[in-house]
Amino acid sequence: MTSTATTIPHAAPPYSGPRAFVQRLRHGDEIAHLITLTFAAGILLITSLLVWELWRTSYLSRTKFGWHFFWTQTWDPIFDNFGALPFIYGTLVTSVVALIIAVPLGLASAIFLSELAPRKISDAVSFLIDLLAAVPSVIYGLLGIFVVVPLMRSWLGPLLINTLGKLPGIGKLFAGPNYGVGFFTAGIVLAIMVVPFIISVSREVLLTVPREQREAALALGATRWESTWKVVVPWARTGIMGSIFLALARALGETMAVTMVIGNDPKISASLLRPGYTIAAVIANEFTEATGDLYLSALIELGLVLFLMTFILNGLARILIVATERGGGRPA
Amino acid sequence: MKKTSIVVSILLALAIAVAAQPGTILLNAAGATFPYPIYSKWFDVYHQKDPNVQINYQSIGSGGGIRQLLAGTVDFGASDGPMSDDQLKEAKFKILHFPTVLGAVIPIYNVSGVSGELNFTQKALAGIYLGTITKWNDPEIAKANSGVNLPASDIVVVHRADGSGTSYIFTDFLSKVSDDWKNKVGKGTSVQWPVGLGGKGNEGVSGLVKQTPGSVGYVELIYAVQNGITFGKVQNASGKFVKADLAGVTAAAAAAAKEMPDDFRVSITNQSGPTVYPISSFTWLLIPAQISDATKRDAIKGFLKWMLTDGQGYNEGLAYARLPKPVIEKEMKAIALIQ
Amino acid sequence: MNRALLIWRKSLNVVMLTLTGVAALSVVSVLFLILGYLIWHGGASLSWSFFTQLPKPVGETGGGMANAIVGSLKLLSLAALIGLPIGLMAGVYLAEFGGQTFSFVIRYTTDLLNGVPSIVIGIFAYSIVVLPVKHFSTLAGGFALGMMVIPITVRSTEEFLRAIPGTLREGAMALGASKWKTIATVVLPAASGGILTGMLLALARVAGETAPLLFTAFSNRYWSPGWAQPIASLPVMIYTYAIAPYDDWHRQAWAAGLVLLALVLLANLGCRLALNRGGNVRSV
Repeated sequence: MTSTATTIPHAAPPYSGPRAFVQRLRHGDEIAHLITLTFAAGILLITSLLVWELWRTSYLSRTKFGWHFFWTQTWDPIFDNFGALPFIYGTLVTSVVALIIAVPLGLASAIFLSELAPRKISDAVSFLIDLLAAVPSVIYGLLGIFVVVPLMRSWLGPLLINTLGKLPGIGKLFAGPNYGVGFFTAGIVLAIMVVPFIISVSREVLLTVPREQREAALALGATRWESTWKVVVPWARTGIMGSIFLALARALGETMAVTMVIGNDPKISASLLRPGYTIAAVIANEFTEATGDLYLSALIELGLVLFLMTFILNGLARILIVATERGGGRPA
Repeated sequence: MKKTSIVVSILLALAIAVAAQPGTILLNAAGATFPYPIYSKWFDVYHQKDPNVQINYQSIGSGGGIRQLLAGTVDFGASDGPMSDDQLKEAKFKILHFPTVLGAVIPIYNVSGVSGELNFTQKALAGIYLGTITKWNDPEIAKANSGVNLPASDIVVVHRADGSGTSYIFTDFLSKVSDDWKNKVGKGTSVQWPVGLGGKGNEGVSGLVKQTPGSVGYVELIYAVQNGITFGKVQNASGKFVKADLAGVTAAAAAAAKEMPDDFRVSITNQSGPTVYPISSFTWLLIPAQISDATKRDAIKGFLKWMLTDGQGYNEGLAYARLPKPVIEKEMKAIALIQ
Repeated sequence: MNRALLIWRKSLNVVMLTLTGVAALSVVSVLFLILGYLIWHGGASLSWSFFTQLPKPVGETGGGMANAIVGSLKLLSLAALIGLPIGLMAGVYLAEFGGQTFSFVIRYTTDLLNGVPSIVIGIFAYSIVVLPVKHFSTLAGGFALGMMVIPITVRSTEEFLRAIPGTLREGAMALGASKWKTIATVVLPAASGGILTGMLLALARVAGETAPLLFTAFSNRYWSPGWAQPIASLPVMIYTYAIAPYDDWHRQAWAAGLVLLALVLLANLGCRLALNRGGNVRSV
């Protein structure tokens, strides 16, 4: 009796175990699956290798200094005494200054682009702002040295010293002398670099807020601004927070633009107008010349610290942004 | 498929275009920024004389030169601070020092209203860099500069951010003239600076001082000359204020020239003598004693011989002093040690 | 009182809304300021010698950045060779084949790699490419840049593949094509425009990176033959020249900055315009 059953092309016969695997391998699908899987796993391998290498090469420094590394202020290559505190301080301070400048600017721009501007203008302007995000950081550094630093030195620095510097308490932040380079200058340059990220993500998030929310507020007599500020923005709050975290993560890791304008001095000082140092900047300046294995190891440990900081922030940012986009946002 | 063939041919052309030409000897070197102007001139001239030899020198600072030499990523290094015994021990191979030129480290400054030369006493320089002298019209500076209108503005101190032989020379001098400095900070290519901004390389320090009013820095003589930056006189061990020039630097090397140690490591800061410039120094090329690649070895030896003869002719044009004759003769003999 | 409150609210409304407009305007004007500045300072120094000559010895005026331009191109091609295939394949895996948990792990890891600061990537490349062979090289620099290309490519490939409607896939399968044939001959070609532009954007992004090259590719005053020697690149030259005191070097730094920015912006402009016909590309 002839069999009338036709085998469906590419259907696996019901073997089990290794024979089944080999059988499946004959099909292009499985091969394709395996190949792409291998490449994907390759990413896993590379990233693990990266973390492993950082961990391994910072061994000398980690074992010698232990947790003291995080609160030691000295950075002394002659006596082999290294501490991360000035660099962590500088990294955080410059990033915070950057956010203080960038968040209001960015959020305001995002509000303008999502609420007020006609769609065409909004799209065109966002397009231009996205281009700003593509500018390489060394070019920001160029402008930092030749535009921002002289600006700080000639009028912004004296202005800050004479106005905010005279106030009690906060005045300490703006005490002279006026170098031109320093935490504040680096903060300004960083702010320009991260503002496109805040705008881009916040705008998208604001656009997802349901129309009914706005309209309900307006129907109750709110002005346009009130409806935006008191209803729409809080709705998108978590997403906006996410964009801020993203910007912060970007600012923390920024190397070139910062090292060109921060003054390269590993000191902690209250005044924002004084020179400082960040983790990324010290690695860039001293890596190729760290004479001594402990010195090099200390620099790599700094790199590990930076990696962890950005890792945590990026993770938080993703969670927040995804949560807003999926859940449609809810006033928390 | 036309597209793929175009792409492939472009790739092939690229590969061929950038393939190494046979016979070219590529040497990679890195280190001091102090002698960078003369080295880049030398390597350029030598390349024109012998087009097969290309010496790619990157000025990343003496600390970088030492480090990369120890790591083996460069064929030879350069430093204005001689390697310490510890560093030489750390190396897994023997390293020879070859002095190349004599240079001077000078104090540059950018003070509004002061266009002439300022006199710096030894105490003044130490105090400025220790952070104890903070204003330009401090008595220690003023007493050596009667008649100059010094402003009451803050001194912006600039030092090196990278591991630097120029820093080594400067801190070596400061350690000799100030016990405070010696105990608090010490000498080295990378010290814990009490105050100041960090510039990258001699280039970075010059750049910062040029752009920052009220600043003071220390760089090799040629950087001030090439960029039109004012620099001052320094008080030497005999009490005289000397402006850095070839005569003063050569005088500083006079004593050392007669008694040069075999490994050529010597400090000539703060030498006695009325015309001596106190912050002078040799600068060295750091060459491994064993070079297995014969073509590289011959190229390096050839360059060294040229450097010690014709090369020295370029020194003075770039404000470096020639090596003393006894030193040159000793070095010529030492070249034979490279095997 | 009510009237006063109303006037206050109305004026606040106008003021705040105007401020938002001002904010947006100032951000956009920064872009034009950057461009303007570079053109003003860099345009003057752009000359034939800039594109064709090698750097001159320190302190002498003239010379150019021919080796740096070629160097950047070489580094980019290496980065493309290393990063694009991995990114593409991984993106295909995530969009077409992935299982639940493994895909999540891969995406998470890719995001992680994306967030690594570029200087840390430089350290990584130094320890696994430079140290073992004791040589700075184009390979090391290309490797570092390649690492940065991967996550961007993965994300854009996955996005564009997912955007292809399921009906297209089902149609192909209904005609008897196997899964891999569907992907290779139907889905990928359909998404190719987006994927290619995503790749180009990734390359444009790493073209401007300086930090990872500082201790991998190092730099070179001459032409760099082959792939195992240090090599000059535009971003590193800009950095080196900008922090130096020589005015001539400053002019050259501006010119190089202009060239770099022009290339990056043109690539971005082209890609985004091409893509905007079909959707939005997030720069993040």
